[in-house]
Amino acid sequence: MQTDSKILAQEFEYLAPKTLDEALDLLEKYKDKNIKILAGGTDLLVKMKTINLKVNYLMNVKNISELNFVDTEQGLRIGAATPLSHIIKEEKVKVKYSALYEGIMSMAAPAIRNMGTMAGNLGNSSPAADTVPPLIAYGAELKLQSKRGEHTVLVEDLITGVGKTIMKPNELITEIIIPEINKNTGSAFLKKSRVKADLSKINLAIYLEREGNICKDCKIVFGSVAIKVLRAEKTEELLKGQIINSELINKVAEEVSSEIKPIDDIRSTAEYRMAMSKQMLKDGLELAWARAKD
Amino acid sequence: MKKIPIEFSINGQKREALVNPNDLLINIIRDELYLTGTKYGCGIGECGACTVFLDNEPVLSCLTLAAAVDGKEITTIEGLANGNELHPMQIAFLKNAAVQCGFCTPGMILTAVALLKENPSPTEEEIKDYMRGNICRCTGYVQIVKAIKACAEGGKSEPI
Repeated sequence: MQTDSKILAQEFEYLAPKTLDEALDLLEKYKDKNIKILAGGTDLLVKMKTINLKVNYLMNVKNISELNFVDTEQGLRIGAATPLSHIIKEEKVKVKYSALYEGIMSMAAPAIRNMGTMAGNLGNSSPAADTVPPLIAYGAELKLQSKRGEHTVLVEDLITGVGKTIMKPNELITEIIIPEINKNTGSAFLKKSRVKADLSKINLAIYLEREGNICKDCKIVFGSVAIKVLRAEKTEELLKGQIINSELINKVAEEVSSEIKPIDDIRSTAEYRMAMSKQMLKDGLELAWARAKD
Repeated sequence: MKKIPIEFSINGQKREALVNPNDLLINIIRDELYLTGTKYGCGIGECGACTVFLDNEPVLSCLTLAAAVDGKEITTIEGLANGNELHPMQIAFLKNAAVQCGFCTPGMILTAVALLKENPSPTEEEIKDYMRGNICRCTGYVQIVKAIKACAEGGKSEPI
């Protein structure tokens, strides 16, 4: 079939539950009948238009008000239907969760951020997703609910491959939970893309805990360098418990490219990604380290 | 496909429609309501030409299902002026020659209005950053940035 981006040619049934209960009922009912969850639609509708991704039932979760919230009391709890632009309006996100703020700000453009959601970014599970590295760096979890119960999983354990997750067809992401972070911590998000509004050629989130001039703990998470977002665990181990200075930063940066497995694709080359990973790690560590000072 | 009855308001007027699940908002606005100010550019969320306000926030009508606007408020470029009185951003675009072929202009103006609502006195960098999802193929953007700056300053800067 020829694709036409002006119209949505394929036929499907549209479902618009108003409550979470209703949504879970519908997922249970249509779980074997190719039901897809629509939040912002900024990826899903594009795929339905351009690569003719087939959907029989499309369930819009944007009208479920109980899934549209940002709770800042303890860490961050973010409802699955909350637009990205509403998340970055929270002062706490801007002040404390720099990597998440920078990750969301780097995404597309304001109109897209008014539509798109973080749960959508997770469910879509692209290796280039910009909210995934920050969420993994902060040790975030997400709540998965179905008619049969609910459980929480680490964001790190959600995605298994390109467009693949551990989610069952009757499950819905309802909430993203980011732990509270201490004062002596710093985080940063860096991204290389062709133009600002573009998808990442490579991205990186760093979170670290500082005690004087020692790095107590850290997480280093790269995106768009493998079939899924990945942690540079060897590099993390080389930094933990060490005195941080430019000598050590340069040393670990030399090694970091051995931990990633990039490929050549339409957005960049493996060679470029390998080369950039070193410089981005240096820049990111320096930035997060300086931020941890306050 | 089961047709879906929806109710919404567009540019202050209440409307009812019976839409297909796969109808896109842009096509309802242009082909059913004949509000052709909203433009179809890329259809995949790259260019910003189809920008409209949904509950006072800019969104892309080429990636919004018509069924999803049930109960919501839409404003298109046609709804920005107050009768015959143009919106200050429209005046700023005219005075600063920020329009060449005009195709991107409705999306540009709506996004610029949203920017000033969020940030009434943006720097040049902030303007460029906020407008990055609206693509123009003729002006080179210089006059567009100038017009937005002029509008933010209350039209005080001299037109070129």
